[in-house]
Amino acid sequence: MSTVLDKPRVVIHGRKVVPGVAEGEALVTRQTISGWGGVNLMTGTVIESRHELKGVSFANKVLVFPGAKGSSGWSGIFHMAKLRGMAPVAMVFNIMTTKAALGAVVMRTPTVTECDQDPLDLIKTGDWVRVNGDAGTIEVWDKKPE
Amino acid sequence: MVMLTDAEQAMLQGDSGAATQKAMELLIRYADALGAERFVETNNVAGVPGSAPQWVKDYYKEDGGDYRAVFSRFDLDSDEAVDVPRMNAFSCHLQGGMDPTLWQEQGMTEAAHDNFVSDEASVADHGIQILKTCTPYLAGNVPVMGEHCAWMESSAVVFANSVIGARTNCEGRESTSAAMLAKRIPDWGFHTDDFRKGHHGVAVEVPVDSIFEWGMLGYFVGDAVQDTIPVITGSVSDASLIRHKHFGAAAASSGGVEMYHMVGITPEAPTVEHAFGGAPKGERFFYDAGQRRRIYEMLNSVGENEDVDYVMLGCPHYSIEQIAQAAALIEGRKVSANSALWVFTSRAVKATADANGYTKILRDAGAYLMTDTCSAISQAVPKGTRVAALDSAKQVHYLPAMMGIEGWYGTTAECIDAACTGKWKGKLA
Repeated sequence: MSTVLDKPRVVIHGRKVVPGVAEGEALVTRQTISGWGGVNLMTGTVIESRHELKGVSFANKVLVFPGAKGSSGWSGIFHMAKLRGMAPVAMVFNIMTTKAALGAVVMRTPTVTECDQDPLDLIKTGDWVRVNGDAGTIEVWDKKPE
Repeated sequence: MVMLTDAEQAMLQGDSGAATQKAMELLIRYADALGAERFVETNNVAGVPGSAPQWVKDYYKEDGGDYRAVFSRFDLDSDEAVDVPRMNAFSCHLQGGMDPTLWQEQGMTEAAHDNFVSDEASVADHGIQILKTCTPYLAGNVPVMGEHCAWMESSAVVFANSVIGARTNCEGRESTSAAMLAKRIPDWGFHTDDFRKGHHGVAVEVPVDSIFEWGMLGYFVGDAVQDTIPVITGSVSDASLIRHKHFGAAAASSGGVEMYHMVGITPEAPTVEHAFGGAPKGERFFYDAGQRRRIYEMLNSVGENEDVDYVMLGCPHYSIEQIAQAAALIEGRKVSANSALWVFTSRAVKATADANGYTKILRDAGAYLMTDTCSAISQAVPKGTRVAALDSAKQVHYLPAMMGIEGWYGTTAECIDAACTGKWKGKLA
């Protein structure tokens, strides 16, 4: 109803990794994520020992993370999670790697990187985030706009 | 947007067939995601092309639910299934899902084995070499310095870049399958000179002279530098293939290290300045007695129960030298009735182990020498396993988390003792 309420709290500008527009609840971590061996693809849950997201699922969330690490199975695992309906709806990351780039491409999830402001500082878990891969923008609300 | 040569444009237009066209389409999306400006040619590709568990095949049942469907729809991320010809590049299949003969011991079903046999026949039909190992460089594919490769398997990638001076990014399943057809990979990252220079220094202040110590240092380095390139100086000695193999695998697991420089040891690091491409930069980390103990405790943080019911060796796949050592350590002893010992290697190395009698020595002791896979890849451990002992920092990083079991990290000798006694007695000397 009110346009004030609909105005995003923050707008971040970056570079397109994968085109398309998607939105959802943010899941934010400051720790890099392993694909193969770090994620249960059947549930989209992080399983890595000592990871701050251990036991938490990124399924249908906007995953905001520093970048990918670990096994070369990263894209394959996230890709299979997508077949299971357990992939993130969109991604935002800071550090470009072949793992994260390929994973984003084959999941076909709108993804933005190389942001003008650090998304890890400006987005918190539970925020509502719209990732526009085409425009390279990330809009952030406290909660889902009416 | 990535620029295409005439030959690449022709592939994109379909001049080399539908599968190569789909491969180019995927590689272009991938190159644009990375921000790459061009492709580099490669004739050395290693991945896991087309192999899939049954549920993935079933997902594509409308397209036939077969190798062709999975290769097209999953590997090439194509919206339609296309005929897949023999690969154009020299292509290798890395590790697979089970041992070709000991699969029942691994708890695999007949149906899963049938699927494995079917996939392997398809891989062979497509001209892909069946190396079935995470260590292709021990099984017939050793790149040369400067060679542009497209490899999967983080431990093989870090070995190729660091120890050999070959050039590969840590590629994924889909990019390697596409590269097998198109003979192209984005010219980004480790294919370029500037990207290969060091970012941070690591000064080693305690002696690192055995495979056990090299593994712990690798785990420390990955934890410290994450996915950047370390330049390691100090008291690292007795370099050998197996030590580099364990170091790199550990560093790639705890961080995302895809290349490292050891000054005076690795080929692109004759001096500190050369390794950094100028003056040292970045942070400087110190590996001292306190850090060594911290890493040991970190690697053993998922071990509590000293009753070891499973010992796994061979991560990354054991070399013939390591199998000989394991055979010497266990000859005349028996694996405890309360425990099990599985040792993993490639088929090529196992052929040598068979000829040398090591396979029989291990079998006589109650252990198995297995190929193709490992417990983490196949998610196969002996039935009822609760506590594993491992001589690999990489395996202890992954296996307990994946299988929900406890894990100990120690030397090969400590692991074999644990297999024979059923008790963990490892400690940091």
